[in-house]
Amino acid sequence: MTSVEPTAESQAVAAAIARHGHEPGPLIVVLHAVQDALGYIPEQAVRQIADGLNLSRAEVFGVVTFYHYFRTHKPGARTVQICRAEACQARGCQSLERHAREKLGIDYHETTADGSTSLEMVFCMGNCATGPAVRIDGRLYSHVTPERFDALLAHQENAL
Amino acid sequence: MTRVYVPKDSTAVSLGADEVAAAFAQQGIEVIRTGSRGLFWLEPLVEVDTPAGRCGYGPVGAADVGGLIAAGMSDGGAHPLAIGLVEEHPYLKSQQRLTFRHIGIIDPASLTDYLAHGGYAGLRNALSMTGAAIVQAVADSGLRGRGGAAFPTGIKWKTVLDQPVTQKYVTCNADEGDSGTFADRLVMEGDPFTLIEGMTIAGVAVGATQGFIYCRVEYPESIAALRTAIAAAKSAGYLGESVCGSGKRFELDVRVAAGAYICGEETSMLQSLEGKRGEVRVRPPLPAIEGLFGKPTIVNNVMSLAAVPLILEKGPTYYRDFGMGRSRGTIALQLAGNLKRGGLVERAFGVTLREILYDYGGGSASGRPIKAVQVGGPLGAYLPESQFDTPLDYEAFAAVGALVGHGGIVAFDDTADMAALARYAFEFCAYESCGKCTPCRIGSTRGAHVIDNLLAGHEPERQKVLLGELCETLIHGSLCGLGGMTPFPVQSAMKHFPDEFEPRSQH
Ligand SMILES: Cc1cc2nc3c(=O)[nH]c(=O)nc-3n(C[C@H](O)[C@H](O)[C@H](O)COP(=O)(O)O)c2cc1C
Ligand code: SF4
Ligand code: FES
Repeated sequence: MTSVEPTAESQAVAAAIARHGHEPGPLIVVLHAVQDALGYIPEQAVRQIADGLNLSRAEVFGVVTFYHYFRTHKPGARTVQICRAEACQARGCQSLERHAREKLGIDYHETTADGSTSLEMVFCMGNCATGPAVRIDGRLYSHVTPERFDALLAHQENAL
Repeated sequence: MTRVYVPKDSTAVSLGADEVAAAFAQQGIEVIRTGSRGLFWLEPLVEVDTPAGRCGYGPVGAADVGGLIAAGMSDGGAHPLAIGLVEEHPYLKSQQRLTFRHIGIIDPASLTDYLAHGGYAGLRNALSMTGAAIVQAVADSGLRGRGGAAFPTGIKWKTVLDQPVTQKYVTCNADEGDSGTFADRLVMEGDPFTLIEGMTIAGVAVGATQGFIYCRVEYPESIAALRTAIAAAKSAGYLGESVCGSGKRFELDVRVAAGAYICGEETSMLQSLEGKRGEVRVRPPLPAIEGLFGKPTIVNNVMSLAAVPLILEKGPTYYRDFGMGRSRGTIALQLAGNLKRGGLVERAFGVTLREILYDYGGGSASGRPIKAVQVGGPLGAYLPESQFDTPLDYEAFAAVGALVGHGGIVAFDDTADMAALARYAFEFCAYESCGKCTPCRIGSTRGAHVIDNLLAGHEPERQKVLLGELCETLIHGSLCGLGGMTPFPVQSAMKHFPDEFEPRSQH
């Protein structure tokens, strides 16, 4: 055992374990708490969670990688989620997807070089009658055409 | 004017409802936030109380607020956005709203409001009955699971009731992963107490003391609404050590999913609730016998559980009298995709797809002909115009090789590329496969390539044969519906739109 100075990250992980570790089948609950606090699940956290919950590191890692929602890399300052599912396709989300990738210069699960924006795909947000649907930092939008997408990003940048 | 109702539903908010609510508040008007009536093309739909009933205006933008007040909206005053008495609107008036009877009307965060609208009458009746009698009432109602498989709910509950085990669970499947579905979401955001009451009745019936709602992470508004309602129910004694002083214990917690479609499959959901990878479990044992943490567990969809309070309040016959054949009660149909009037239609089983698409949906949003409709989510078949007269009924849909599933109806106009949609079905299966079966894990990726080759003109006839074989392998070699049903959208698209599965000229 080497004693390491606690970092803000390790403290957040410790808090998540302390808060939820006693719940039945706690791993995913703890992972959510860590990602809520840090935006992702750092490699170091996997070790700490495994120790804290008495699981093997492989088990924790296996769960992290099984679920599309959990990220192992630090995300950008904002996250843009685009729905790719059928009902949004019926409303033309493919052209929005193409546009967003070109505009941001990244693909899904990537972050722009300046660290400002991460792009994620999702399959349905329950907003299927007014698509294409997009969520930007938790806020949901309907009828997102390529033009509207640009306006939303610009609006957000101005608001920052 | 003293008060207006503005939905807080996430679709309404995505269309500007928060800004509208703020604009009314700024004028000194009390704003009650409700769920959505499910008339999405009219959202944000603002309502006011008048002596004749609630009058509606929509779609309202924040900039309209001053004009609406000036037009005398408090008395239902005339205005270009006025739709008159909301419940007289043909889209609503022709529905049979049982499960959705409170939604859009009550404040989902207020237990007082829920009680004032007759809430918890079902639980009160249940608490005076034996567990066996409650289960019998659910069985007699004819309720079948609304999550997709349409299994009789009463039979499932009876299996759990009959297990001589002290620790049992009630779990609610709120993973609602199917594209084109949002009924669960509307209930959780718009009337969470009905779901909580339904789960409490289930717990009391089978002797389960703990419930979990497994809610998709893509629904943050639902998660928040549920947590608010659970806290309120707990502090008023509707949940906890002694439900309504009955001495029966029932605790309820929300667990958040993590973006895996397969976790909507019930055994995968149970794995996930245990904090594990969502790998599908082999059945038997059934979850009703060995479910969560190995204990007898009810797994039901949100809509199944939300139907229960009314069944216990009004009796099983009331519910069973709606519907046709072996499909009893009502189904929440979700009108999605390319439709002019998308939204939520709760009707007795038996309404035809055509009525839904045209009488309610108003045809396509683009104004072009509707070419195909996918019913029942990403594993559901594509239906062509020649099948639009099929009644919404589990058996009638099965007879044409289609699926009612969770009731999602996604309409496509004539610009839809059916081969691309079939390819997408494979791609989705590959992305979401839990990895346990080879056909599902590998065959799905292969299927997408075969379609690419077919369209590129590489031995097209051979690719068609391959595609057929691959579909058969998936159907017969998969442990669960993801691999086993992905062929449905593929084969239906090929069958009904064969011209689109031919080599395409390269540009
Ligand atoms: C791949 C797959 C995904 C599923 N997704 C869901 C879902 O999101 N929600 C749901 O309630 N049922 C879903 N189901 C059905 C469940 O396995 C199960 O039948 C249902 O939750 C039982 O509840 P019910 O009897 O009330 O319908 C899915 C099934 C499969 C095979
Ligand atoms: S069919 Fe696919 S998702 Fe279902 S158990 Fe097999 S590998 Fe997993
Ligand atoms: S399909 Fe895009 S939000 Fe449902």
